[in-house]
Amino acid sequence: MELRSYEPTGPIEDRWEKHKEASKLVAPANRRKHNIIVVGSGLAGGAAAASLGEMGYNVKCFCYQDSPRRAHSIAAQGGINAAKNYQNDGDSVYRLFYDTVKGGDFRSRESNVYRLAELSLHIIDQAVAQGVPFAREYGGLLANRSFGGAQVSRTFYARGQTGQQLLLGAYQALSRQIEAGTVQMFPRHEMLELIVHDGRARGIVTRCLKTGKVTPHIADMVVLCTGGYSNVFYLSTNAKGCNCTATWRAHRKGAAFANPCYTQIHPTCIPQAGSYQSKLTLMSESLRNDGRVWVPRKKEDVTKRPEDIPEADRFYYLEERYPAFGNLVPRDVASRNALYVANDGLGVGPLVEGERRGVYLDFADAISRLGEQTIRERYGNLFEMYERITGDSPYQTPMRIYPATHYTMGGLWVDYNLEATIPGLFVGGEANFSDHGSNRLGASALMQGLADGYFVLPFTVGNYLGHVRTLPPLTEDHPDVQTAMQSVDTRVHKLMNAPDPKHAPEHFHRELGKIIWKECGMSRNAEGLETALEKIPKLRDQFWREVKVTGSGQDLNQTLERAGRVADFLELGELMCIDALDRKESCGGHFREEHQEKGEALRDDAHFSYVAAWEWTGNPAEPRLHKEPLTFEYVKPTKRSYK
Amino acid sequence: MADELINVTLHVWRQRGPNRPGGFETYHAKDITTHMSFLEMLDVVNEDLIEKGTEPIAFDYDCREGICGTCGIVVNGVAHGPQKLTTVCQLHMRQFEDGQEIWLEPWRAQGFPIVKDLIVDRSGFDRIIQAGGYISIRTGSASEANEMPIAKEVADRAMDAAACIGCGACVAACPNASASLFTAAKISHLSLMPQGQAERADRARRMVAQMDAEGFGACTNHGECEAACPKGVSLEWIARMNRELVRAMVKSETPARTRNR
Ligand SMILES: Cc1cc2nc3c(=O)[nH]c(=O)nc-3n(C[C@H](O)[C@H](O)[C@H](O)COP(=O)(O)OP(=O)(O)OC[C@H]3O[C@@H](n4cnc5c(N)ncnc54)[C@H](O)[C@@H]3O)c2cc1C
Ligand code: SF4
Ligand code: FES
Repeated sequence: MELRSYEPTGPIEDRWEKHKEASKLVAPANRRKHNIIVVGSGLAGGAAAASLGEMGYNVKCFCYQDSPRRAHSIAAQGGINAAKNYQNDGDSVYRLFYDTVKGGDFRSRESNVYRLAELSLHIIDQAVAQGVPFAREYGGLLANRSFGGAQVSRTFYARGQTGQQLLLGAYQALSRQIEAGTVQMFPRHEMLELIVHDGRARGIVTRCLKTGKVTPHIADMVVLCTGGYSNVFYLSTNAKGCNCTATWRAHRKGAAFANPCYTQIHPTCIPQAGSYQSKLTLMSESLRNDGRVWVPRKKEDVTKRPEDIPEADRFYYLEERYPAFGNLVPRDVASRNALYVANDGLGVGPLVEGERRGVYLDFADAISRLGEQTIRERYGNLFEMYERITGDSPYQTPMRIYPATHYTMGGLWVDYNLEATIPGLFVGGEANFSDHGSNRLGASALMQGLADGYFVLPFTVGNYLGHVRTLPPLTEDHPDVQTAMQSVDTRVHKLMNAPDPKHAPEHFHRELGKIIWKECGMSRNAEGLETALEKIPKLRDQFWREVKVTGSGQDLNQTLERAGRVADFLELGELMCIDALDRKESCGGHFREEHQEKGEALRDDAHFSYVAAWEWTGNPAEPRLHKEPLTFEYVKPTKRSYK
Repeated sequence: MADELINVTLHVWRQRGPNRPGGFETYHAKDITTHMSFLEMLDVVNEDLIEKGTEPIAFDYDCREGICGTCGIVVNGVAHGPQKLTTVCQLHMRQFEDGQEIWLEPWRAQGFPIVKDLIVDRSGFDRIIQAGGYISIRTGSASEANEMPIAKEVADRAMDAAACIGCGACVAACPNASASLFTAAKISHLSLMPQGQAERADRARRMVAQMDAEGFGACTNHGECEAACPKGVSLEWIARMNRELVRAMVKSETPARTRNR
């Protein structure tokens, strides 16, 4: 396997244009002769399928939900970045590029990031033209806010529903193409296998989730936009159905998986209330602008009502440890510190499996300083949501928060064209590894999904098809297609007929989640990772022996769907730990306890300035590592410090 | 946050598939903490059923935070259950009492055929959007966003209408199983925005025609839809849709557009 990024050279601001000029095109009359499969209908997949259909290609688009409008992009709240500089506060494409490379802790590819910053401008134009009701100023111009500690106001938003509105824009564009007949939509279809023929991605095998029917779909190429893998942790802020199956199946067919250990833990989520908990809910980070984070100083106070703990006995640990940034330290720092105080026995809230995993986020000071009305205006919706879930009112008592997995920077390795290591396989959105390095800045995932979907993929897909022109015909009876079909059937059969069926798939998923959260979560060390690497294969064996799936494979069967996803998470989880163990440095969301300087992450550029791309070898314990070296011509690596 | 354990009895509509006979079956959910969400309570019941070798209750969900619109159960006769402005995935067990009997049914409407148990087919909603619920703008051809100022009040009102999550509770709650609130919300969102003007008349006409073709009933102003809507989508949009239709009729000298490729 050879990793070639195909990134253009020369001045960074000309690279994308230069690349486009050198690319091949497909003439309009020839486009409808090409069949393209797009898996996923989120921001990346929805935008790509709509744009490719509009260009005249024959597109088939797939999603597991009952409608493409429900992809998990819908849940994004905060906003989307763009370097428009509408606020005249000195923003520019270069500054957004710079912030993103630095925010990613110097583990991303400069050319990709620059292109992302450039395209951010067009995304806003596109969304506005589609009718996305972004927030406006009284003068009628677009409003912005500053997000995630950025020094400029470059975040566009639609109330607390930015992801929903952007996705509906893409969904509407997609609907227009479905009506026009250029896109055929397959909702409630799950991709379970990639078809590779003659070294190229040529199709997928799906299972219809309504009828259980397994079908091959053959095409000229495949685009995966299937989202992230946060659900490997079982509890995360992702939707329940989010999975790694599409990318993992592709990985097993030869697509390298890059940087799997880079995951992002968001500091402000509602803590787990019990062992039955099915997911975690994110609360906007903006809460840290006015809330003060604390825990009791004394262990014996953790069960007291917070109102009864005197000021002197409260430990405002972020303010004390990071006087310059206080409660506004970056996501990873805030998350890790919550973990440490909880490990010290100072966590608050209910006991869940013997531990109290929560810290207070207190608005009492802000309310007395600004008045309840102001706080209600700023955070009313969030306070209501919190009360609906917990039954407590943050106007009266401090909120309880705790970190939760939220985003995965790792994903399938792609070159500058977003093509994976299997020719003809393209990957967009959260499913690929590009652009965010080891840490993603707030409001930049929506930007990346839409940049990939509207502006990059339509172009690079055309370039690929322009190069290959006609592919040899492939029919369903070809052995490459038949083996892929067979492997899906065998797997379904195996899942339904474990030798000693005992537990529902969730049982194993929860166990996996606990291992990964503990050993490959916010803070990692060699010993813990080695323990995880012993436990995961055992759990996987137990899963295949004892998983219990009721009902039949020829029917709507949600237990079977979940079992298949857990099976893949059980392999990906192992790769995450292998990658985390191998990366003997701390960077972004990857914090190795052995590599720190007084609690600050210690990067090791001399040895680890590379992308770790793992190749499947058939043995999950022994993947093969390939390295793509990273060089920084524009933004010189510096140390992050928030003290 | 007082933690309490309760027991509830569930009567759940079970139906193996479309056009198959269905009926209620009874399950006992024991030692349920009041901090559980309604769907987590069902998870617990289901996990128990699986371990006993019985097929679990099929119900739809994804985000579990009230935004994707996937979930939907009629709980004791009310779409999404007893709490106002709350999807069933955001409903928590503290809304119920110890010993309570709870009846769970799918959305019932001609336009939403049952798929299995509590799951229905809402693809009719997608086809209503495909019939014109968009603004035709080619990727990459948009002009600079701030060239067209839009009054804050207009954008805010459009956002109110655009907040619909497409869950279908309005249809389930309506005695006529009408999809008017859903359709009106999209027509209003787009017709309020200056970008949506060019296709305004055609859009209203075509979306309403599709709504009728899907077998959804007529609106006779019961207002049950608004009461059931988890996102507070207002009835005023239905009045607006009707005005849009009248306006479209006046303009109907231009032939209705056929499928535009
Ligand atoms: C709670 C929350 C809040 C967020 N807030 C923000 C924010 O404010 N700003 C920001 O920039 N980012 C935010 N993010 C991150 C951002 O929302 C996501 O990274 C982004 O939307 C992902 O888009 P996507 O198109 O890559 O994937 P998704 O939207 O997840 O879409 C995945 C698609 O793939 C399909 N799919 C998956 N697997 C299969 C399969 N096996 N077979 C068939 N189909 C499949 C799904 O059906 C779906 O259509 C947030 C994330 C979360 C969880
Ligand atoms: S109008 Fe309300 S009830 Fe109807 S689909 Fe939209 S959100 Fe659901
Ligand atoms: S599961 Fe998404 S709205 Fe209820």
